[in-house]
Amino acid sequence: MENLIALLVAAPLLGAAVLLCGGRRLDAVGHWIGTVLAFVSFAFGVILFADLLGKDAEHRTLMQHLFSWVPVEGFQADVTFRLDQLSMTFVLLITGVGSLIHLYSVGYMEHDERRRRFFGYLNLFLAAMLLLVVADNYLLLYVGWEGVGLASYLLIGFWQHKPSAATAAKKAFLVNRVGDMGLSIAIMLMFTTFGTFAFGPVLDGVGDTSEGKLTAIGLMLLLAACGKSAQVPLQSWLGDAMEGPTPVSALIHAATMVTAGVYLIVRSGAIFNAAPDAQLAVTVVGAVTLLFGAIVGCAKDDIKKALAGSTMSQIGYMILAAGLGPIGYVFAIMHLVTHGFFKAGLFLGAGSVMHGMNDEVDMRKYGGLRKYMPVTFITFGLGYLAIIGFPGLSGFFSKDKIIEAAFAKGGTEGWILGGAALLGAAITAFYMTRVMLMTFFGEERWRNQPTRSPEAPSAEPVAEHHGEHAEPHPHESPKVMTIPMILLAVGSVFGGAFFSIGDRFLHWLEPVTGHSEGDSPVSAATVTGATMVCLIIGVGIAYAMYGRRPVPAVAPRGSLLTRAARRDLLQDDFNHVVLVRGGEHLTRSLVYVDHTLVDGVVNGTAASVGGLSGRMRRLQNGFARSYAVSMFGGAAVLVAATLLMRAV
Amino acid sequence: MSFPLLTATAVLPAIGAIATAAVPAAQRTAAKWLALLVSLATLALAITILVRFDPDGGRYQLTESHSWIADFGVRYELGVDGIAVALIALTALLMPFIILAGWHDADPLETGSRRWRPTQGFFALILAVEAMVIISFEATDVFLFYIFFEAMLIPMYFLIGGFGDRAHEHGEEAASTQRSYAAVKFLLYNLIGGLIMLAAVIGLYVVAGNFSLQEIAQARANGSLHMATSTERWLFLGFFFAFAVKAPLWPLHTWLPNAMQESTAPVAVLITAVVDKVGTFAMLRFCLQLFPEASKWATPVILVLALISIVYGALLAVGQRDIKRLVAYASISHFGFIILGIFAMTSQGQSGATLYMVNHGISTAALMLVAGFLISRRGSRLIADYGGVQKVAPVLAGTFLIGGLATLSLPGLAPFVSEFLVLVGTFTRYPAVGIIATFGIVLAALYTLVLYQRTMTGPVKQEVSAMPDLRVRELVVVAPLIVLLIFLGVYPKPVTDIVNPAVKSTLSDVHKKDPKPSVEAAK
Amino acid sequence: MNPVNYLYLSALLFTIGATGVLIRRNAIVVFMCIELMLNACNLAFVTFSRMHGNLDGQVIAFFTMVVAAAEVVVGLAIIVSLFRSRHSASVDDASLMKL
Repeated sequence: MENLIALLVAAPLLGAAVLLCGGRRLDAVGHWIGTVLAFVSFAFGVILFADLLGKDAEHRTLMQHLFSWVPVEGFQADVTFRLDQLSMTFVLLITGVGSLIHLYSVGYMEHDERRRRFFGYLNLFLAAMLLLVVADNYLLLYVGWEGVGLASYLLIGFWQHKPSAATAAKKAFLVNRVGDMGLSIAIMLMFTTFGTFAFGPVLDGVGDTSEGKLTAIGLMLLLAACGKSAQVPLQSWLGDAMEGPTPVSALIHAATMVTAGVYLIVRSGAIFNAAPDAQLAVTVVGAVTLLFGAIVGCAKDDIKKALAGSTMSQIGYMILAAGLGPIGYVFAIMHLVTHGFFKAGLFLGAGSVMHGMNDEVDMRKYGGLRKYMPVTFITFGLGYLAIIGFPGLSGFFSKDKIIEAAFAKGGTEGWILGGAALLGAAITAFYMTRVMLMTFFGEERWRNQPTRSPEAPSAEPVAEHHGEHAEPHPHESPKVMTIPMILLAVGSVFGGAFFSIGDRFLHWLEPVTGHSEGDSPVSAATVTGATMVCLIIGVGIAYAMYGRRPVPAVAPRGSLLTRAARRDLLQDDFNHVVLVRGGEHLTRSLVYVDHTLVDGVVNGTAASVGGLSGRMRRLQNGFARSYAVSMFGGAAVLVAATLLMRAV
Repeated sequence: MSFPLLTATAVLPAIGAIATAAVPAAQRTAAKWLALLVSLATLALAITILVRFDPDGGRYQLTESHSWIADFGVRYELGVDGIAVALIALTALLMPFIILAGWHDADPLETGSRRWRPTQGFFALILAVEAMVIISFEATDVFLFYIFFEAMLIPMYFLIGGFGDRAHEHGEEAASTQRSYAAVKFLLYNLIGGLIMLAAVIGLYVVAGNFSLQEIAQARANGSLHMATSTERWLFLGFFFAFAVKAPLWPLHTWLPNAMQESTAPVAVLITAVVDKVGTFAMLRFCLQLFPEASKWATPVILVLALISIVYGALLAVGQRDIKRLVAYASISHFGFIILGIFAMTSQGQSGATLYMVNHGISTAALMLVAGFLISRRGSRLIADYGGVQKVAPVLAGTFLIGGLATLSLPGLAPFVSEFLVLVGTFTRYPAVGIIATFGIVLAALYTLVLYQRTMTGPVKQEVSAMPDLRVRELVVVAPLIVLLIFLGVYPKPVTDIVNPAVKSTLSDVHKKDPKPSVEAAK
Repeated sequence: MNPVNYLYLSALLFTIGATGVLIRRNAIVVFMCIELMLNACNLAFVTFSRMHGNLDGQVIAFFTMVVAAAEVVVGLAIIVSLFRSRHSASVDDASLMKL
């Protein structure tokens, strides 16, 4: 059974290799090859899941050793896979949502001439992501970690002819690299501390080492998680990443890849448990990001960017939960899974809306679409209810648990974190209601006005060419797109309840992550009540602002905060001024230094030697007698010197 | 007496060079094929060495030893350890690709070339370089090594000065001036390095009485040859200077960008992937073995210089406007990593450094050769002259990207393994140095992706709109390199198995042990 | 006789020769002056040999003579061919070997 793990990774990898090397011959069938292999991988996942379920809770770990990867004196890195409950959860999420999104993409990318390559990249992503979660040591995890970064780079920049897409892709990779630096330093620290970086020995050996080292490792892992999961201060790439095709945003930048940071922290739980300072840092990052993302999400008019802000915020919840230690690990993962359902569904819904609206992304040019896209409206609506935590839907169960856990942390920290989480819930309700109202309700603002001004950021390939300035004809998407949306909506509705009733999810994950209840200063019912109040406030304000009043087609100037939030709270401006400009100046001056100083010293030496010899050359005037004079002079000097030396 | 395999591997390309040079002017194509066949035959011999070499056997194997200049104790002594075997294999492996990639680089121009049989000369010079590089890797006699270390400069000088990119924005005249400048700069830097080394070689002879690496190292190890501390340090500096110029290490690096910029892409690969490796290889083989104490004494300074190389090279690469110069500065950054690995004096660092030499050779070859194909299509080296190539030539862009990803050490490709080993090896002994070096990986991503973005993505530029995709010959060059990059990234064991024992004995020469993990140390 | 007087003579001859080399232009004369200097040296060698009572100086004198003879052969040949091509034996005219 263990041998299936390799096949799990190999199937999409094979797909990627075939699709990317296959050339034009495969254009006609390429997308089906990619999709089938994704489903094959999912099937392997299900088989393995069934196998794990058949064992008793303590023995649900499968290990597969493939080969010794980098055998060097004192350094052992093996290609070994570990499939336990945590990995299994991810495998099912990745392959499940991944397969659905493959299916959706068949329709969404139908008119793109490079569709084969798109599926190749998607398969590459699946393979790398699966490798990330089944790796048994940090170095192998790192391979998957950067592999998903590469896939994300390729997919964000999929429409490379758009400079904005190419820039966004580069930015994503670079910001991620900063995080990766953290991961590689963490691995190096593990190596010097434990002499290995396999999960088993490192996590078991935590007790033998000092807290300072563990804190350092923890902080470095946090840096890595910040990069991959778009947490403050490395969050700036996620908004730009929406340049990629929408299925990519759904799969990579909402459901799976961006949650890798949560996986990393939960996986390294033993290290964080023993390093409270690192844990505190994790919770702070989570809390800050959940508010940051939510505020940004409120101000964006671009539907995908609003959802991206929301993703950031929701992952903030997960990171917060993961930082709470054993109280929160299980709920972090649970929220991750339910978020995977509803956020993927929301993105696919957004894609479906764009598909029907000539790829318009500005919500101010939507409105009243519920009549034209009923399926999209219903699935998107269910996703909306799930994310704001409407009672009974997925988000309600998972988010509520995180807020409870935040309070259960205890002390002042508990109150602050819990308060932030509650506030976040209110803002979430606000911005998601805003998205919902602006898109599906209200006036039909797309009538009588051209979509897509020439500078419009989006240039997704238009499904049906209505001409640049034609009025859009909103229409429902084909079945191949709506079926995945429906399935994800089902997951968004029932997932949370399924996991929570009888604490199924808790019992499933507890052997890996451990769990403790913590003692909350407030009762669970109080927290739920407070959450509901926040929810109602958020929805109410949004309804007052966008439901009762018409939405202006051009964004009003807005308050200072709104304007800052539209610019991602000025983080990009900061990066631009400090890093980009500073970097440009630095490199430019270094080029100058290299040319004038380093090279200059050498060239200067050469020039002075040349000048000296030019002057010396004048002595060679060709007159034999002048040579004779210098010879006599020389001889005289020699004799004089000899005599002098004698005398001394 | 057994078949002198090592001699044969070096002599074969030398004979090939003479034969290629002797091909009549009209038979240009025959000369190319001859050169290619010779390089393939050399590769076969190199593979034989690889197979016959027993990693667990003695330190130097397949040795040959003959008296040469008896009066000065100079002997013709050859022998290979694991490190040398890996590098000989790399050299022999890259040569056929270099020759294939340069297939048309030296065709005489239609309008009456003044050069005499340039094609024959080009390929003969390349083979001559191969012969000299291989024998430098094999020589275990310091004098013998020195001769070929220096003699290599002659064919390289002509390759840089005599053959450049066809099209040039300022016309052939200006190009020719810049080429000679680059060639002379290359020659002068390396000659000065070589002269200082010559003084040290003579000094070594005065102290030790012979030139045999094995004898001297042994005598040093068992204490029968005593060297005054200051003598050892001076001699070490003499050797190291020459290798640091060749490698090149900051601040002796400025010849490399000029040389790589002006020469054709295959020659640029020859410089950075093959010839420069002799420098880093010689640090491992000569500096550490002959002068272990001085090596440890100089380590802090060298580590700092290597760090500067890494960061400085990468930053300068970011600021370049010329594709080839960019790759050259990237190489300087990578050489910093190699030297860092060597002088970290840990088994991970040195195994990583050796592996790095091999991987850097392959990855730079892939990137640079594709860049050469690109440049030959458009006739410009300036990044700004490109844009949107991905749209018109997707295969070219794809291979370029893979080469670039290898350069930025993406996990899964070969350079990652070596870079990580170097970083880990450095970190275990010098954590601060390791952390600063890690910044190099972010900068590497920056210059590679900026290069890719500016040349390959965006709207298609007018001038590149008719650019053809890679031809069959070019694919034959690039595809195997990429396959190798992936293979060695996933399964580097064949190389590490050969390298590890050699690194172990080098480390025991300098009396260094790996630091113990703190958990074990505490117990 | 006091051998030092021979040294004085040698010095005198050498000075005459040196002055001749410096001030005369005719190559033949310059050449003869060089011979004069060489012979002055020979004289000094022989004198020293006598003074120190060993034969080293005399041996060196013979060496000098052999070298001088060889030099005459080459030198005169150059002067003759120079004269043939330029119709002048002035050393100042032959200044083409400069950079």
